[in-house]
Amino acid sequence: MNPIYRRRRLVNAFNLFVSMLTVAFGLFVLAWILWTLVNNGLQAIELTIFMQSTPPPGSNGGLANAILGSFLMTLIAVLIGTPVGILAGTYLAEYGRGGWLAPATRFINDILLSAPSIVIGLFVYAVYVANVRHFSGWAGTFALSLIVIPVVLKTTENMLRLIPNSLREAAAALGAPRWKIITMVTLRASRAGIITGILLAVARISGETAPLLFTSLNNQFWSSNLNAPMANLPVVIFQFAMSPYVDWQRLAWGGALLITVAVLIFNIIGRTLFGQKLPLQ
Amino acid sequence: MDHSTAFAPKIKIHNLSFYYGSYQALKPMAFEIPENRVTAFIGPSGCGKSTLLRTFNRMYELYPNQRATGEIMMDGENILDPHQDLNMLRAKIGMVFQKPTPFPMSVFDNIVFGIKLYENLSRRELEERVEWALRKAALWDEVKAILNQSGTSLSGGQQQRLCIARAIAVKPEVLLLDEPASALDPISTARIEELIHELKEDYTIAIVTHNMQQAARVSDYTAYMYLGELIEFGRTDEIFIKPKRKETEDYITGRFG
Repeated sequence: MNPIYRRRRLVNAFNLFVSMLTVAFGLFVLAWILWTLVNNGLQAIELTIFMQSTPPPGSNGGLANAILGSFLMTLIAVLIGTPVGILAGTYLAEYGRGGWLAPATRFINDILLSAPSIVIGLFVYAVYVANVRHFSGWAGTFALSLIVIPVVLKTTENMLRLIPNSLREAAAALGAPRWKIITMVTLRASRAGIITGILLAVARISGETAPLLFTSLNNQFWSSNLNAPMANLPVVIFQFAMSPYVDWQRLAWGGALLITVAVLIFNIIGRTLFGQKLPLQ
Repeated sequence: MDHSTAFAPKIKIHNLSFYYGSYQALKPMAFEIPENRVTAFIGPSGCGKSTLLRTFNRMYELYPNQRATGEIMMDGENILDPHQDLNMLRAKIGMVFQKPTPFPMSVFDNIVFGIKLYENLSRRELEERVEWALRKAALWDEVKAILNQSGTSLSGGQQQRLCIARAIAVKPEVLLLDEPASALDPISTARIEELIHELKEDYTIAIVTHNMQQAARVSDYTAYMYLGELIEFGRTDEIFIKPKRKETEDYITGRFG
């Protein structure tokens, strides 16, 4: 056999082996995490977990109030963060070609994107919670929406940048004004990617604990009042998992499993509804 | 066919220059594009023929640092005049690009998009117009059953004819074709060439092409460009049979480029 070719085959076999090894390592860790989670969480999943509020130690209860709180705060945070993110991302991709505003915004957004979430929690605590002198669901919502904005903004900008200029030119050549090109053609063409970005943001905030510790805190009772402290799954998991009570720990495992399954469902919905259509042809 | 240069000019170019930043891509040039005829622009890559075409609808304005000076007169008005309403201008001058650019919407909506920008038609009138445009572009029979399917699901040749249908649906006066067949197979190319032949009855057509045979087949007038300069402009048969300039002859006979 040709020695150059033989060497190439050896190098190829070696690299393939190493890359498969790393894949196996990653998948093993992932499977381990999921196994532990399912193993411990499944025992806690009963109907009561959806029906009853978080119990005092030693008595029976569920996570209904935390599920409601997480759902409400996540929903409203996404409703606030998504339009801001999409509009700002559209500005950066479509209008921010010259000048200093767009690069500055992009830079700040990148910092916000990688900011530790505890900093965002502390920020909302300082500007809002400390002033009104009580924890509240609104404060938690505000903190979460601050995490949604940079994620949605970044994906919107990136997706719009993937749209070839030829598509913009084609629309402009028909005499379409700029806003029409953006709303009817480029945003539409990047719809799938932007929705994926929103789902990513939902997945990200549904597990965030740190920004909620300083803002919505927790609530032992069933409450949909956003102006009062609000229960939520991450903080409940945090408190219950650290507690010495076995039944609380069990509920924490159940809550962790619920969040994971919810994120999984979001991803599957996102992929099946919008996944087949790539942003480009 | 016309004789000599006796034609009604649709577009008169005078002293036109074009710059990318400080680089001058088009040297001052003057010529006239005849009405209801096909004018082809040929020349080696980078000679500025696409750049020239993109000045006619000021497409370059989408990008910073690109500018044109001089005059492009159409119907007595200077296209390059900054007071010209750019969108209205582009509605009168259609353009088809090298690569097909279907919008991410149905075949029907692709064509309706441009119409709705400047006309208020009933659903019935819209449907008639869509059929008319698709028939003109020789695409109707292939897509009449799938008008609600995405325009991106068509084949490359069909997509390009969809783009032509979309351009003529708004009833422009001028049609700019920027290498419309270069990404297509010979069968689709032949279709598009036939189409150009039919369309020139109603439209003034300017086409940029790399393919000299194509220029010879479809055009009535040909402009040969080199390094941003208009070397020769004249009737296609004259340019191809007895060009006046040595450079043109060299290019056409393949001794150069």
